[in-house]
Amino acid sequence: MSTRTLEAPPLAQTNAAIDEPRWVRHLLMAVALSFLAIFLLLPLGQVLFSAFAEGTGAWWAAVTDPDSRAAIRMSLLTATLAVAANTLFGLCAAWAIAYFHFPGKRWLVTLIDLPFSVSPVIAGLIFILIFGARGWAGSWLSEHGIRIVFAWPGMVLATTFVTFPFVARTLIPLLQQKGSQHEEAALTLGASGWRMFWQVSLPKMRWALLYGVLLCNARAMGEFGAVSVVSGHIRGRTNTMPLQVELFYNDYRFVAAFALASLLAALALLTMGLKAFLEWRLRGELAATRGH
Amino acid sequence: MNAATHSRDSSINRVLPGFGLSMAFTLSYLSLLVLIPLAGVFAKAAGLGLSGLWHELSEPRVLAALRLSFGGALLAAAVNLVFGPIVAWVFVRYRFFGKRLWHAMVDLPFALPTAVAGIALSALYGPQGWLGQPLNALGIKVAYTPLGVFVAMVFIGLPFLVRTLEPALEHAERTLEEAAATLGANRWQTITRVILPAVTPALLSGAAMAFARAVGEYGSIIFIAGNLPGLSEIAPLLIMIRLEEYDYAGATAIAAVMLVASCAILAALNALQFRARRTGAP
Repeated sequence: MSTRTLEAPPLAQTNAAIDEPRWVRHLLMAVALSFLAIFLLLPLGQVLFSAFAEGTGAWWAAVTDPDSRAAIRMSLLTATLAVAANTLFGLCAAWAIAYFHFPGKRWLVTLIDLPFSVSPVIAGLIFILIFGARGWAGSWLSEHGIRIVFAWPGMVLATTFVTFPFVARTLIPLLQQKGSQHEEAALTLGASGWRMFWQVSLPKMRWALLYGVLLCNARAMGEFGAVSVVSGHIRGRTNTMPLQVELFYNDYRFVAAFALASLLAALALLTMGLKAFLEWRLRGELAATRGH
Repeated sequence: MNAATHSRDSSINRVLPGFGLSMAFTLSYLSLLVLIPLAGVFAKAAGLGLSGLWHELSEPRVLAALRLSFGGALLAAAVNLVFGPIVAWVFVRYRFFGKRLWHAMVDLPFALPTAVAGIALSALYGPQGWLGQPLNALGIKVAYTPLGVFVAMVFIGLPFLVRTLEPALEHAERTLEEAAATLGANRWQTITRVILPAVTPALLSGAAMAFARAVGEYGSIIFIAGNLPGLSEIAPLLIMIRLEEYDYAGATAIAAVMLVASCAILAALNALQFRARRTGAP
């Protein structure tokens, strides 16, 4: 008995026992970082390298090409409308789900996530089935001269579908975590419903809201499959930036394709940087509420 | 659940305004934009009848496309199931130079538009590409083969595994590992018998999300795939081709199969999370 206690390993060795040996640590780091370098760093490097392969002049010419400029305008339009609609939805959904109890809440939350697990091509297909020339509403729409598919409304619909959950799913957990006592206090002090919303609720969720809008916007600007199905690929009219990238690429105008792609890559990097900042910022905010 | 929380919840109901308005908007927006359009696919598929569906789906080209999308996604999820945990482990447990930058990089497949990733992968693995040239010299062709489809699927699935696993690893109690070590377990035993069971729900849901995403993926695959019918043509592309031929029935049949699969995955994920919450696992 006493000899066994004497043989018990000292503390330093106990710590060594819950850490891997040095060579294993280095091996794992090498494997992880090589994997990330091959699968993430190289594709990103490829975009930037190919975009400037013929110098900045060629890059600038490609980015300011009339087709590119039309595509940039189209992307901004679809993203703005889709993000606005989904932000309004996200605020409503978060308000109802985080602050009230009702049967079937878990199902509702699951259904909100549904668009994330639907293929983007199917997201486009559903609107073709409804609004397409041979779709359910097709003949009625053509009688009245309304174009949804192969025009910007269809592209906005498809983009909105694909980016549907972003804002809601960042706001719901935040409001659930923070609870509604601030709002209740505002009401007790005599604030009206709208005043409470603008002066208490909105400031309280501003960072999370920004986070959701940021991710929603990045996906909306970059959406390809869903928009591709409903766009009809009309040059200068219904091409967004990703569709124009495809068009340039299929025309063997590689520098132009990568130049426009580099703009989207820059937006992605900016989004990731802001996202990292907001995650750091939100963590502080959430920790503060936990401390209450 | 108990009486105290219930009474608190119902008091929230009475005090806060806006439930009717926000709920009405939520439900109608969800129904009009998501539920009814998706139900349209099933209505259209049901209109074909079982024999009609089978006629569309039993075509060799369709079967090959479905096999490639589902099989490739399964293989890609398996590869990420090996490398994702290593990456997550290195980020959670080790310190090294430039860690924050590497860590932020993991989200790249989420943030980079799929068409951009598609042309980048295609150039990278193409015959003259940085990776394509040396691989070609070794006799491995990636671009314009099913292998290219697989590479693109690994790329887009990677963040799911890492991002779901990280919080689980962070929450895993180090005291349990110390206890295991004190009780004489070696490091390998501790990892496989203490850490692995604790993070299994996170591993499974990460892999399921990566799989679901890869099955439906379009943009990052079609440039590198070469899209040879029956060989490297994925199911979403075939839907696109059928639509361009105005063959709505053919497109809908493929879409219905994929939708059923994604609904099943979503239900499984939901059950997994529900169970994890009930057993108190992170």
